Amino acid sequence: MPAVQETIDQVRSIDVDQYKYGFETEVEMEKAPKGLSEDVIRFISAKKGEPEWMLQWRLDAYKRWLTMTEPAWARVSYDKIDYNDIYYYAAPKKNPAPKSLDEVDPEILKTYEKLGIPLREQEILAGVEPQSRVAVDAVFDSVSVATTFKEELKKAGVIFMPISEAVREYPDLVRQYLGTVVPVTDNFFATLNSAVFTDGSFVYIPPGVRCPMELSTYFRINEKNTGQFERTLIIADKGSYVSYLEGCTAPRRDENQLHAAVVELIALDDAEIKYSTVQNWYPGDSQGRGGIYNFVTKRGDCRGRNSVITWTQVETGSAITWKYPSCILRGDNSRGEFYSIAVSNGMQQVDSGTKMIHLGKNTTSRIISKGIAAGRSENTYRGLVSAHRKATGARNFTNCDSLLIGNECGAHTVPYIESKNASAVFEHEATTSKISEDQMFYCQQRGLSEEEAVALIVNGFVKDVLQQLPMEFAVEAQKLISISLEGSVG
Amino acid sequence: MADVTLMKTPAETALAQAFESAKTLLPGNVESRAQAFEKFTARGLPHRRVEEFKYTDLRAAFREVAPFAGVPTAEEAKAALAGAKTLAGIEALQVPFVNGHFMREAVDFRALPENLEIVPLREALANDHEWLAHLSPVPWAAENPVYQLNTSFMADGVMIRVAGPVEVPVHLRFVTAAETAVATATRVLVVVEEGASVTLLETHESTDGAGHQPNDVVELIAGDRTNVQHVRVNAEGGKTLALSTLAARIGAEAVFNSINVVAGAATSRHQVFALLNGENTNLRVNGVTMLKGLQHADSTLVVEHNALHCESRELFKTVIDDEATGVFQGKIIVPHHAQKTDGRMMSAAILLGEGGTMNNKPELEIFADDVQCAHGATCGQLDDDLLFYLMARGLPRKEAESLLIQAFLGEALEFVENETAREALIGTVEGWLRARS
Repeated sequence: MPAVQETIDQVRSIDVDQYKYGFETEVEMEKAPKGLSEDVIRFISAKKGEPEWMLQWRLDAYKRWLTMTEPAWARVSYDKIDYNDIYYYAAPKKNPAPKSLDEVDPEILKTYEKLGIPLREQEILAGVEPQSRVAVDAVFDSVSVATTFKEELKKAGVIFMPISEAVREYPDLVRQYLGTVVPVTDNFFATLNSAVFTDGSFVYIPPGVRCPMELSTYFRINEKNTGQFERTLIIADKGSYVSYLEGCTAPRRDENQLHAAVVELIALDDAEIKYSTVQNWYPGDSQGRGGIYNFVTKRGDCRGRNSVITWTQVETGSAITWKYPSCILRGDNSRGEFYSIAVSNGMQQVDSGTKMIHLGKNTTSRIISKGIAAGRSENTYRGLVSAHRKATGARNFTNCDSLLIGNECGAHTVPYIESKNASAVFEHEATTSKISEDQMFYCQQRGLSEEEAVALIVNGFVKDVLQQLPMEFAVEAQKLISISLEGSVG
Repeated sequence: MADVTLMKTPAETALAQAFESAKTLLPGNVESRAQAFEKFTARGLPHRRVEEFKYTDLRAAFREVAPFAGVPTAEEAKAALAGAKTLAGIEALQVPFVNGHFMREAVDFRALPENLEIVPLREALANDHEWLAHLSPVPWAAENPVYQLNTSFMADGVMIRVAGPVEVPVHLRFVTAAETAVATATRVLVVVEEGASVTLLETHESTDGAGHQPNDVVELIAGDRTNVQHVRVNAEGGKTLALSTLAARIGAEAVFNSINVVAGAATSRHQVFALLNGENTNLRVNGVTMLKGLQHADSTLVVEHNALHCESRELFKTVIDDEATGVFQGKIIVPHHAQKTDGRMMSAAILLGEGGTMNNKPELEIFADDVQCAHGATCGQLDDDLLFYLMARGLPRKEAESLLIQAFLGEALEFVENETAREALIGTVEGWLRARS
């Protein structure tokens, strides 16, 4: 039973009406001159008080970027981006580097309150569940406006701070690891990011430490005509563990805004990094006007033996998503996991997936990807699993499913499976189907309404992914999913 | 700019020269050849940065271009055909080609089976035969550079019309017997009219010592309620660079069952482009590939479901020994209107040697919401437990391996309807396994 026109219209209208984070905050901003040039890069670097080597690193990236062409292989289409029509730096004029929360512009605090992001430590402590403490780094356009629980984390030896601060305070650590997972020359957007990145989080977990709380960064694009170029670097030293979450939202606007982030994860021997994303950038309106271009390079390096990196993502936002969180399984016995739900609505375009590159012996990886396409959206899974000559005993299991709601959307699967080692065992299976009538009948016969039944089936469909999310986010994600599909019947 | 080819490789230059000197000598309309060649030149030989040729880099494979083969003498042809053994045990109507030229003397045109008509392509091109309008049944195949080269250079071939049930199989036998390397380009068109049925055997053989460069295209238009069984064997010589395309457009309630068995060639690429144009049609495309040494074999498949209620099944089995490379690229396309499609694509590979490589890319492109499409890909080695089981019962390792490989490949051979052909193919697998031990 294909979806009726009414349902399609309903689904289409939902994402326009339901985007709750589309408000704008009126704050006076200081911006770099429009466009991209060496001067702008020097401006950013000076604003951040960076050492000379960092500036040089940026300038080298910029020179390289000028020689590169924008990739066109992804299954997304958009008008050419004018890279000289973007502000690469925007920060609140009033005190761009507040020492404490009291110094932060109250308008900005209100924004985070509205978004439901706790920035005051005591509020969280007074919360109902004392265990669910989350340290937050709040990034507003190009600067980090607040980082919570810094002191407490410091006691545990954990470094959690904006990357611009880390460049100043821990230059050796940053220099040792920055750009070692995603090289400056990696790809067009990563190189652009290397030249102009503004803020993001830096995390270092010392050997043997289990990070005492969840870390998270909340990214907010606010200013018109800006791009956000976040850079996150997480290092889990030997035997440590960290769980990190990121969330993102942006105001509703008719223009497209570019978000080109680079995230690098490094797990040394026996370390584990769990990286979760709830991506809810403004997706544009029903006609495809506006929305964020989310062109992101995320890569984890399982550098040590027995290390583990897990990517979990719930993708509901962005006009266009171009994102492939990957794992380089370098250390023997290391493990990479990728769990993803990508829901696309309206005119959204998603081209996302992962790469699992098996280099070490007995490395294992698992990919669970669920794509749900509704409205007139396009949802592509693109993934690579490869085993190199020395990856003896490598194992991969991939399961990617797509669900289509309505008859104007598309679901595509483009897996690459490359094996150069006889003892590597790779299994891949994928299906595309609609919500089964039998399942619907079963639910409705037991008294559920159509909407409830769809929500239940879709939740079951993405259960594997949700189980991987930290609790607070799982609740949020479940809500996101029921919002996106409410009122629609397959 | 990035999309303008400035430099030509020596092979591209040689192809351009070959086309210049051959175009007026080749039969038929120069214009359509020139158009195809122009399209080809615009992008040149595809290389690894061209997505469809990511795993089979033709720019690297074509170091030099072999001269196009001339017409063999009667003795040469006779000797060549006498030496051709592939699927020789099957009683069939022989349609032989030697060095890319149709051997019309070998066909008794007055005694063709009922419901069958054959027109040599060379004459058809020269006389502007009305069936020529049926060429290129799959429009998007014309975008493919291998196909474009064939269109530019096709020197000979046949057009076959099947008007009703044809009992005896039709055997398209391609033999390249020149002592030095030659290039060939043939085109076969088979039009199967409504309700008709036919079995096509297609075999490719060549001399071992020379790096021949065949580029063969078989095109099929199968009407409503037709049944076409197609068995193809690549038994090319060990230095051959073999390119081939099967382009099929199939009507409603039809059955098309095609298998390609790769047992030869240094480098080969077989492309299947299938367009399901009528409702309730049933397509099966299977592949069995056996590779050793430094062989490279590419199976590329694009199936477009262009109508309601069609079912497609694709099963590709690859066994890779030594340092050989196997490639499977499959794509199922389901546009908005092809509801109730049921597609299943599977590629399974076994790596036997230490240095082998398998590249799988099973793609889905779905726009319809009420469909079932699955694809799977596996890659691994022979199951140790199974090997142990057999060896514990006294089988030497090689024999145990052979048994398991035979079972593995057999799964794809099972669907060959013609029993003699199936037996012969099993024999081919056995022969390959014997040569291994």
